[in-house]
Amino acid sequence: MITVTVNGEERQLEAGVTVAGLLGALGLHPRLVVVEHNREILDAGDLEDTEIQAGDNVELVHFVGGG
Amino acid sequence: MSSQTTSEPAQSAQDIPLVIAGREFRSRLIVGTGKYRTNDEMIRAIDASGADMVTVAVRRVDLDRTKEEGILYHLDPERYFLLPNTAGCYTADEAIRYARLGRAAGMNEWVKLEVIGDQRTLLPDVVATVEAAKVLVAEGFKVLAYTSEDVITALRLEDAGCAAVMPLASPIGSGLGLVNPYFIREIKTRLECPVIVDAGVGTASDACLTMEQGVDGILMNTALAEARDPVRMATAMRLGVQAGRLAYLAGRMPRREVAVPSSPVAGMLD
Repeated sequence: MITVTVNGEERQLEAGVTVAGLLGALGLHPRLVVVEHNREILDAGDLEDTEIQAGDNVELVHFVGGG
Repeated sequence: MSSQTTSEPAQSAQDIPLVIAGREFRSRLIVGTGKYRTNDEMIRAIDASGADMVTVAVRRVDLDRTKEEGILYHLDPERYFLLPNTAGCYTADEAIRYARLGRAAGMNEWVKLEVIGDQRTLLPDVVATVEAAKVLVAEGFKVLAYTSEDVITALRLEDAGCAAVMPLASPIGSGLGLVNPYFIREIKTRLECPVIVDAGVGTASDACLTMEQGVDGILMNTALAEARDPVRMATAMRLGVQAGRLAYLAGRMPRREVAVPSSPVAGMLD
Protein backbone atom coordinates (compact mmCIF):
# COMPACT_ATOMS: atom_id res chain seq x y z
CA MET A 1 0.00 0.00 0.00
CA ILE A 2 1.09 3.59 -0.62
CA THR A 3 0.01 6.81 1.04
CA VAL A 4 -1.16 9.60 -1.28
CA THR A 5 -3.07 12.83 -0.76
CA VAL A 6 -6.41 13.01 -2.57
CA ASN A 7 -8.37 16.27 -2.28
CA GLY A 8 -6.36 17.26 0.77
CA GLU A 9 -6.82 13.98 2.65
CA GLU A 10 -4.35 11.14 3.04
CA ARG A 11 -5.48 7.84 1.57
CA GLN A 12 -4.00 4.35 1.37
CA LEU A 13 -3.99 3.01 -2.19
CA GLU A 14 -2.72 -0.18 -3.77
CA ALA A 15 0.77 0.23 -5.18
CA GLY A 16 0.66 0.55 -8.96
CA VAL A 17 -2.83 2.02 -9.15
CA THR A 18 -3.47 4.36 -12.08
CA VAL A 19 -5.47 7.58 -11.95
CA ALA A 20 -8.21 5.85 -13.94
CA GLY A 21 -8.18 3.07 -11.33
CA LEU A 22 -8.55 5.61 -8.53
CA LEU A 23 -11.51 7.27 -10.24
CA GLY A 24 -13.14 3.87 -10.72
CA ALA A 25 -12.65 2.97 -7.06
CA LEU A 26 -14.23 6.27 -6.03
CA GLY A 27 -17.17 5.82 -8.38
CA LEU A 28 -16.31 8.93 -10.40
CA HIS A 29 -16.97 9.15 -14.12
CA PRO A 30 -13.78 10.39 -15.81
CA ARG A 31 -15.77 12.73 -18.07
CA LEU A 32 -17.25 14.60 -15.13
CA VAL A 33 -14.06 15.38 -13.19
CA VAL A 34 -10.79 17.13 -13.89
CA VAL A 35 -7.68 15.56 -12.42
CA GLU A 36 -4.71 17.57 -11.25
CA HIS A 37 -1.78 15.25 -10.51
CA ASN A 38 1.12 16.89 -8.66
CA ARG A 39 -0.14 20.27 -9.94
CA GLU A 40 -0.30 19.09 -13.57
CA ILE A 41 -3.71 18.82 -15.22
CA LEU A 42 -4.12 15.44 -16.89
CA ASP A 43 -5.71 15.01 -20.30
CA ALA A 44 -8.49 12.42 -20.36
CA GLY A 45 -6.28 10.21 -22.53
CA ASP A 46 -3.56 10.08 -19.87
CA LEU A 47 -5.69 8.77 -17.00
CA GLU A 48 -5.12 5.09 -17.87
CA ASP A 49 -1.37 5.53 -18.23
CA THR A 50 -0.64 7.66 -15.20
CA GLU A 51 0.47 5.57 -12.24
CA ILE A 52 0.11 7.11 -8.79
CA GLN A 53 3.29 7.05 -6.67
CA ALA A 54 3.67 7.23 -2.89
CA GLY A 55 3.46 10.84 -1.70
CA ASP A 56 1.66 12.08 -4.81
CA ASN A 57 -0.91 14.83 -4.59
CA VAL A 58 -4.14 14.34 -6.53
CA GLU A 59 -6.93 16.89 -6.84
CA LEU A 60 -10.30 15.90 -8.29
CA VAL A 61 -12.48 18.88 -9.19
CA HIS A 62 -15.70 19.59 -11.04
CA PHE A 63 -18.10 22.46 -11.70
CA VAL A 64 -20.41 23.54 -8.91
CA GLY A 65 -22.85 26.42 -8.60
CA GLY A 66 -21.17 29.81 -8.40
CA GLY A 67 -21.50 33.42 -9.39
CA MET B 1 -50.85 52.27 -33.23
CA SER B 2 -48.13 52.82 -35.79
CA SER B 3 -48.09 50.53 -38.79
CA GLN B 4 -44.50 49.66 -37.90
CA THR B 5 -45.43 48.14 -34.56
CA THR B 6 -44.76 44.41 -34.50
CA SER B 7 -45.55 41.72 -32.00
CA GLU B 8 -41.84 40.84 -31.68
CA PRO B 9 -40.14 41.79 -28.41
CA ALA B 10 -38.97 45.37 -28.81
CA GLN B 11 -35.35 44.74 -27.88
CA SER B 12 -34.77 42.26 -30.66
CA ALA B 13 -35.84 44.77 -33.27
CA GLN B 14 -34.21 47.81 -31.74
CA ASP B 15 -30.93 46.63 -30.26
CA ILE B 16 -27.81 44.93 -31.47
CA PRO B 17 -26.72 41.67 -29.81
CA LEU B 18 -24.08 41.57 -27.10
CA VAL B 19 -20.81 40.39 -28.66
CA ILE B 20 -17.89 39.26 -26.48
CA ALA B 21 -14.71 37.94 -28.09
CA GLY B 22 -16.57 37.46 -31.36
CA ARG B 23 -19.36 35.41 -29.80
CA GLU B 24 -22.93 36.69 -29.95
CA PHE B 25 -25.27 36.49 -26.98
CA ARG B 26 -29.01 37.03 -27.18
CA SER B 27 -29.29 38.26 -23.61
CA ARG B 28 -27.46 41.11 -21.92
CA LEU B 29 -28.11 39.42 -18.59
CA ILE B 30 -25.56 36.84 -17.41
CA VAL B 31 -26.44 34.85 -14.30
CA GLY B 32 -24.65 32.77 -11.69
CA THR B 33 -25.62 29.34 -10.42
CA GLY B 34 -24.68 29.65 -6.75
CA LYS B 35 -26.72 29.73 -3.54
CA TYR B 36 -30.08 28.55 -4.90
CA ARG B 37 -32.22 26.64 -2.41
CA THR B 38 -32.74 23.80 -4.89
CA ASN B 39 -31.42 22.85 -8.32
CA ASP B 40 -34.94 22.86 -9.68
CA GLU B 41 -35.46 26.45 -8.56
CA MET B 42 -32.11 27.40 -10.12
CA ILE B 43 -33.04 25.89 -13.48
CA ARG B 44 -36.42 27.62 -13.55
CA ALA B 45 -34.90 30.97 -12.52
CA ILE B 46 -32.18 30.79 -15.17
CA ASP B 47 -34.80 29.92 -17.75
CA ALA B 48 -36.92 32.91 -16.70
CA SER B 49 -33.91 35.24 -16.78
CA GLY B 50 -33.43 34.60 -20.49
CA ALA B 51 -29.66 34.38 -19.94
CA ASP B 52 -27.64 32.35 -22.40
CA MET B 53 -24.36 32.59 -20.47
CA VAL B 54 -24.12 31.27 -16.91
CA THR B 55 -21.21 31.21 -14.48
CA VAL B 56 -19.98 28.16 -12.59
CA ALA B 57 -17.28 27.60 -9.98
CA VAL B 58 -14.54 24.95 -9.80
CA ARG B 59 -14.36 23.01 -6.53
CA ARG B 60 -13.15 19.70 -5.15
CA VAL B 61 -15.43 16.73 -5.65
CA ASP B 62 -16.81 15.67 -2.25
CA LEU B 63 -15.38 12.15 -2.09
CA ASP B 64 -17.72 11.08 0.69
CA ARG B 65 -20.73 11.93 -1.42
CA THR B 66 -19.72 11.04 -4.95
CA LYS B 67 -23.33 10.37 -5.82
CA GLU B 68 -23.88 14.11 -5.41
CA GLU B 69 -24.37 15.41 -8.92
CA GLY B 70 -22.19 18.19 -10.32
CA ILE B 71 -23.81 21.24 -11.84
CA LEU B 72 -23.45 19.83 -15.37
CA TYR B 73 -26.08 17.26 -14.50
CA HIS B 74 -28.60 20.12 -14.31
CA LEU B 75 -27.38 22.61 -16.90
CA ASP B 76 -27.51 21.66 -20.55
CA PRO B 77 -24.21 22.84 -22.04
CA GLU B 78 -25.91 22.83 -25.45
CA ARG B 79 -28.28 25.50 -24.24
CA TYR B 80 -26.11 27.52 -21.87
CA PHE B 81 -22.63 28.88 -22.48
CA LEU B 82 -20.71 28.04 -19.31
CA LEU B 83 -18.35 30.65 -17.93
CA PRO B 84 -16.06 29.15 -15.24
CA ASN B 85 -15.02 31.61 -12.54
CA THR B 86 -12.03 31.89 -10.23
CA ALA B 87 -14.17 32.94 -7.26
CA GLY B 88 -12.54 32.52 -3.88
CA CYS B 89 -9.00 33.03 -5.18
CA TYR B 90 -6.84 35.53 -3.30
CA THR B 91 -3.66 35.46 -5.41
CA ALA B 92 -2.87 35.66 -9.12
CA ASP B 93 -1.27 32.20 -9.05
CA GLU B 94 -4.31 30.63 -7.43
CA ALA B 95 -6.65 32.30 -9.94
CA ILE B 96 -4.49 31.08 -12.85
CA ARG B 97 -4.59 27.53 -11.45
CA TYR B 98 -8.40 27.63 -11.16
CA ALA B 99 -8.74 29.11 -14.66
CA ARG B 100 -6.74 26.22 -16.11
CA LEU B 101 -8.86 23.68 -14.22
CA GLY B 102 -12.01 25.40 -15.47
CA ARG B 103 -10.76 25.21 -19.03
CA ALA B 104 -10.04 21.51 -18.60
CA ALA B 105 -13.50 20.92 -17.11
CA GLY B 106 -15.43 22.93 -19.67
CA MET B 107 -15.83 23.22 -23.36
CA ASN B 108 -14.23 26.60 -23.87
CA GLU B 109 -11.27 28.79 -22.97
CA TRP B 110 -13.32 31.52 -21.33
CA VAL B 111 -12.87 32.54 -17.72
CA LYS B 112 -14.45 35.01 -15.36
CA LEU B 113 -11.29 36.17 -13.63
CA GLU B 114 -11.76 37.19 -10.03
CA VAL B 115 -8.91 37.81 -7.58
CA ILE B 116 -10.24 38.86 -4.21
CA GLY B 117 -8.19 41.22 -2.05
CA ASP B 118 -10.13 41.36 1.20
CA GLN B 119 -12.44 38.96 3.00
CA ARG B 120 -14.81 41.53 4.53
CA THR B 121 -15.59 43.49 1.38
CA LEU B 122 -14.64 40.86 -1.24
CA LEU B 123 -13.29 43.80 -3.22
CA PRO B 124 -10.89 42.79 -5.98
CA ASP B 125 -7.10 42.87 -5.71
CA VAL B 126 -6.75 44.87 -8.90
CA VAL B 127 -2.95 44.56 -9.11
CA ALA B 128 -3.14 40.75 -8.92
CA THR B 129 -6.10 40.77 -11.33
CA VAL B 130 -4.10 42.62 -14.00
CA GLU B 131 -1.13 40.29 -13.42
CA ALA B 132 -3.28 37.16 -13.77
CA ALA B 133 -5.08 38.60 -16.81
CA LYS B 134 -1.79 39.05 -18.67
CA VAL B 135 -0.76 35.43 -18.03
CA LEU B 136 -4.16 34.01 -19.00
CA VAL B 137 -4.49 36.11 -22.17
CA ALA B 138 -1.02 34.88 -23.21
CA GLU B 139 -2.28 31.31 -22.69
CA GLY B 140 -5.18 31.94 -25.06
CA PHE B 141 -7.93 32.50 -22.51
CA LYS B 142 -10.83 34.85 -23.19
CA VAL B 143 -10.69 36.76 -19.94
CA LEU B 144 -13.73 38.54 -18.49
CA ALA B 145 -12.22 40.40 -15.55
CA TYR B 146 -14.11 41.34 -12.42
CA THR B 147 -12.74 44.62 -11.08
CA SER B 148 -13.53 47.72 -9.06
CA GLU B 149 -15.21 50.75 -10.65
CA ASP B 150 -11.81 52.37 -11.14
CA VAL B 151 -11.27 53.57 -14.71
CA ILE B 152 -7.46 53.27 -14.57
CA THR B 153 -7.61 49.58 -13.66
CA ALA B 154 -10.30 49.05 -16.29
CA LEU B 155 -7.97 50.56 -18.92
CA ARG B 156 -5.09 48.35 -17.72
CA LEU B 157 -7.28 45.27 -18.03
CA GLU B 158 -8.31 46.24 -21.54
CA ASP B 159 -4.64 46.82 -22.43
CA ALA B 160 -3.86 43.37 -21.02
CA GLY B 161 -6.18 41.94 -23.67
CA CYS B 162 -9.29 41.14 -21.64
CA ALA B 163 -12.35 40.22 -23.71
CA ALA B 164 -14.58 42.16 -21.31
CA VAL B 165 -14.08 44.29 -18.22
CA MET B 166 -16.56 43.79 -15.39
CA PRO B 167 -16.66 46.57 -12.81
CA LEU B 168 -18.80 46.06 -9.73
CA ALA B 169 -22.01 47.95 -8.96
CA SER B 170 -21.33 47.34 -5.25
CA PRO B 171 -19.72 44.50 -3.24
CA ILE B 172 -20.49 40.88 -4.11
CA GLY B 173 -23.67 39.67 -2.46
CA SER B 174 -24.43 43.08 -0.94
CA GLY B 175 -27.48 43.97 -3.02
CA LEU B 176 -26.63 47.65 -2.52
CA GLY B 177 -27.19 48.47 -6.18
CA LEU B 178 -25.22 50.89 -8.31
CA VAL B 179 -23.21 53.05 -5.90
CA ASN B 180 -21.08 54.89 -8.46
CA PRO B 181 -22.91 55.52 -11.73
CA TYR B 182 -20.48 58.28 -12.69
CA PHE B 183 -17.43 55.98 -12.61
CA ILE B 184 -19.30 53.22 -14.42
CA ARG B 185 -20.24 55.67 -17.18
CA GLU B 186 -16.64 56.85 -17.36
CA ILE B 187 -15.39 53.26 -17.77
CA LYS B 188 -17.96 52.62 -20.51
CA THR B 189 -16.93 55.83 -22.28
CA ARG B 190 -13.22 55.06 -22.17
CA LEU B 191 -13.13 51.35 -23.05
CA GLU B 192 -13.68 49.77 -26.43
CA CYS B 193 -14.22 46.22 -25.12
CA PRO B 194 -17.60 45.26 -23.62
CA VAL B 195 -18.28 46.51 -20.09
CA ILE B 196 -20.40 44.16 -17.99
CA VAL B 197 -21.39 45.31 -14.52
CA ASP B 198 -20.79 42.39 -12.16
CA ALA B 199 -21.98 42.16 -8.55
CA GLY B 200 -24.12 44.25 -6.24
CA VAL B 201 -27.36 44.53 -8.19
CA GLY B 202 -30.19 43.83 -5.73
CA THR B 203 -33.47 44.30 -7.56
CA ALA B 204 -34.95 45.14 -10.95
CA SER B 205 -34.67 48.92 -10.55
CA ASP B 206 -30.92 48.49 -9.86
CA ALA B 207 -30.60 46.49 -13.07
CA CYS B 208 -32.53 49.10 -15.02
CA LEU B 209 -30.53 52.01 -13.61
CA THR B 210 -27.28 50.16 -14.31
CA MET B 211 -28.19 49.49 -17.94
CA GLU B 212 -29.26 53.13 -18.33
CA GLN B 213 -25.59 54.06 -17.84
CA GLY B 214 -24.91 52.50 -21.24
CA VAL B 215 -23.03 49.39 -20.15
CA ASP B 216 -23.21 46.29 -22.33
CA GLY B 217 -24.65 43.90 -19.78
CA ILE B 218 -25.02 42.77 -16.17
CA LEU B 219 -23.85 39.67 -14.34
CA MET B 220 -25.74 38.74 -11.18
CA ASN B 221 -26.30 35.79 -8.87
CA THR B 222 -27.40 36.57 -5.31
CA ALA B 223 -30.23 38.92 -6.34
CA LEU B 224 -31.95 35.95 -7.95
CA ALA B 225 -30.89 33.14 -5.61
CA GLU B 226 -31.81 35.02 -2.42
CA ALA B 227 -35.07 36.53 -3.65
CA ARG B 228 -38.15 35.10 -1.94
CA ASP B 229 -39.25 33.96 -5.39
CA PRO B 230 -36.17 33.56 -7.63
CA VAL B 231 -38.20 32.73 -10.75
CA ARG B 232 -40.27 35.92 -10.47
CA MET B 233 -37.17 37.98 -9.70
CA ALA B 234 -35.40 36.49 -12.71
CA THR B 235 -38.29 37.65 -14.89
CA ALA B 236 -38.15 41.09 -13.27
CA MET B 237 -34.40 41.28 -13.91
CA ARG B 238 -34.80 40.26 -17.53
CA LEU B 239 -37.33 43.04 -18.02
CA GLY B 240 -35.28 45.51 -15.95
CA VAL B 241 -32.20 44.90 -18.08
CA GLN B 242 -34.23 45.28 -21.26
CA ALA B 243 -35.97 48.42 -20.02
CA GLY B 244 -32.70 50.03 -18.97
CA ARG B 245 -31.03 49.13 -22.24
CA LEU B 246 -33.89 50.54 -24.32
CA ALA B 247 -34.02 53.70 -22.20
CA TYR B 248 -30.30 54.19 -22.75
CA LEU B 249 -30.65 53.70 -26.50
CA ALA B 250 -33.70 55.98 -26.58
CA GLY B 251 -31.86 58.78 -24.77
CA ARG B 252 -33.50 60.35 -21.76
CA MET B 253 -34.99 63.85 -21.67
CA PRO B 254 -32.91 66.55 -20.00
CA ARG B 255 -33.29 67.12 -16.27
CA ARG B 256 -34.68 70.58 -15.43
CA GLU B 257 -35.13 72.20 -12.08
CA VAL B 258 -38.33 73.95 -13.15
CA ALA B 259 -41.54 72.50 -14.47
CA VAL B 260 -42.46 72.68 -18.14
CA PRO B 261 -46.13 72.10 -18.97
CA SER B 262 -46.99 69.14 -21.12
CA SER B 263 -50.24 70.65 -22.41
CA PRO B 264 -50.37 73.76 -24.64
CA VAL B 265 -50.34 77.06 -22.82
CA ALA B 266 -52.09 78.64 -25.80
CA GLY B 267 -55.82 78.21 -26.25
CA MET B 268 -56.78 78.52 -22.59
CA LEU B 269 -60.19 80.09 -21.87
CA ASP B 270 -60.35 83.66 -20.58
